[in-house]
Amino acid sequence: MKTLVCISKTPDTTSKISFSSDGKNFNTDGISFIMNPYDEWYALVRAVELKEKLGGTVTVINVGDASNDIVIRKALAIGADDAIRVDANPIDSFFVASQIAAVAKDKSYDIIFLGKETIDYNGAEVGAMLAEMLDLPYVSFANKLEVDGDAKTIRREIEGGTETLKLSGPCVISAAKDMAQQRIPNMQGILMSKRKPLEVVTPVGASSRIEVIKHDLPPAKKGVTLVDAGNVAELVRLLHEEAKVI
Amino acid sequence: MSVLVIVEPNNGTINKGGFELATFGKLTAGQDKCLVLVVGKASNAGDLGIYGADEVYEIDQVPVHDSAVYSKVIADASEKLSCHTVIIKANANGKATAGRVAIKLGAGLVSAANSVPESTGGQLQVKRGVFSGKAFATYAITTDKKVITVLGNSIQPKEMGSATSVQSLQVDVPPSTIEVVAKETLSGRAPLPEAELVVSGGRGFKGPENWNILLDLADALDATTACSRPVADADWRPHHEHVGQTGIAIRPNLYIAVGISGAIQHLAGVNNSKTIVVINKDPEAPFFKAADYGIVGDLFEVVPKLTEEIKKLKAGA
Ligand SMILES: Cc1cc2nc3c(=O)[nH]c(=O)nc-3n(C[C@H](O)[C@H](O)[C@H](O)COP(=O)(O)OP(=O)(O)OC[C@H]3O[C@@H](n4cnc5c(N)ncnc54)[C@H](O)[C@@H]3O)c2cc1C
Ligand SMILES: Nc1ncnc2c1ncn2[C@@H]1O[C@H](COP(=O)(O)O)[C@@H](O)[C@H]1O
Repeated sequence: MKTLVCISKTPDTTSKISFSSDGKNFNTDGISFIMNPYDEWYALVRAVELKEKLGGTVTVINVGDASNDIVIRKALAIGADDAIRVDANPIDSFFVASQIAAVAKDKSYDIIFLGKETIDYNGAEVGAMLAEMLDLPYVSFANKLEVDGDAKTIRREIEGGTETLKLSGPCVISAAKDMAQQRIPNMQGILMSKRKPLEVVTPVGASSRIEVIKHDLPPAKKGVTLVDAGNVAELVRLLHEEAKVI
Repeated sequence: MSVLVIVEPNNGTINKGGFELATFGKLTAGQDKCLVLVVGKASNAGDLGIYGADEVYEIDQVPVHDSAVYSKVIADASEKLSCHTVIIKANANGKATAGRVAIKLGAGLVSAANSVPESTGGQLQVKRGVFSGKAFATYAITTDKKVITVLGNSIQPKEMGSATSVQSLQVDVPPSTIEVVAKETLSGRAPLPEAELVVSGGRGFKGPENWNILLDLADALDATTACSRPVADADWRPHHEHVGQTGIAIRPNLYIAVGISGAIQHLAGVNNSKTIVVINKDPEAPFFKAADYGIVGDLFEVVPKLTEEIKKLKAGA
């Protein structure tokens, strides 16, 4: 098994979100960054588990600048063998997918893993684009994956349920919750991660296809109307007559 | 050049979600035509004309949900019908397909739009939620061809025309390399991303054996059920009910959160709901800050009463 895991860096889930005064840029002051949870907990851990079971290698790839190396080292500490960083600002999903496709195209990976989505831009776009660029089958939002030789059995999330699919040969999979359990890197992993190879490559030419006009914060809530626990009928009246939602 | 909207029937009929997309397409098209492609058979396909479709097409061969197959069908249809913009629903299959369509057409993609795009200075600008509901971003798509996916419940279908005839469109449906071996769906209730009413439970319920209290409320309201992440992690509820930053993001008209503290990661998935009701015995629970209405009280007493009151309302209506 030769796998590639695409990892991205996102603000910590408790971050307070704010933007520059023109609304164009995300304010990173005081923000701590983490590996995108879907990439770390589910995609990477499942890839490492498959390597432990079936042998092979796990390579991680990130499109970003040198400040991402800390996240990449964490992936190596969790169990990836080596890493590639495409040294470029990840301007949009088309750009990111183009970079990963350029690296992956001649390397015949058995599985290319991504996370379900990044928790900052929530696009769930890169996987489908990458699969198309590489002309591979794509299974999104997978929450279970079994590999038997060339054959893969994959369960994926769909609205209100799941579906189970079978395919054979190389594929692109985006990983959702339940695919694996989060692993905390141990001391040995952390020590080894420092010696594992991290190759920095220059980006291929690709232009962005979308442009940020502005960001806005949601309007502030007007505050809660509390209803007495002994007067539940009043809540129903408010929902019916004031909010008009029931 | 026109806008192409992709609509999938549900058990042979087009429901509100499909009409919503037609309206979205017509409002996006402006002076251009809004064409709707129905993938599958629907007895009421012509009604799409009422909600904004200028022309309705159907293909008789229904492709399986393999993004490779689906995206080819959609991209071919878009070229055959000379469309500059393709609009697809932002559900699991739509998201898996849209990125591929964008690459095939050389198009820019904005996914999970939550309001109708605006044409400003010759640019199409699309707004969507980012940072798990904590902010919105507006993007201009800078390519000639454009692909947009749209969240359910983004707009209401509007009557803006009359029923139209349905034309058939010939497209090649290539074979799929993916075999669907099983499907497991929760029947009865609307899927979470499309649900207008959602009732949700957290750790305050103490255990799965108490969930009938919430299910009764859901039945009375005809609402879909959801839960917090620890509840799904503990297998009290199926994992596809888990809402929040690492679960599903929803934006129903009404979200009733019961025994949920309102952690920032939970709020991330629900704070775009139109009306939020919180029932929690702790007056300091952070969820009250994000709520429109609240009751400080013991869920085991409050929720059954709420269910009764709702039944009374419905009986009277
Ligand atoms: C990276 C990351 C991602 C996460 N993603 C998610 C996510 O997507 N979704 C999510 O939900 N969480 C997520 N979490 C977890 C989140 O931080 C909280 O731990 C979780 O939401 C708490 O669930 P809860 O409100 O059900 O439980 P608790 O926080 O334990 O709250 C239970 C509440 O029930 C109330 N209660 C108890 N008994 C009663 C009673 N008898 N009547 C009324 N009220 C009662 C209590 O006052 C309390 O407020 C994530 C965490 C991390 C670190
Ligand atoms: N800059 C990046 N470098 C490497 N992989 C990325 C990057 N951005 C996104 N990805 C991968 O693509 C997935 C989906 O991202 P998105 O389409 O942005 O929601 C993520 O979970 C990652 O696996």
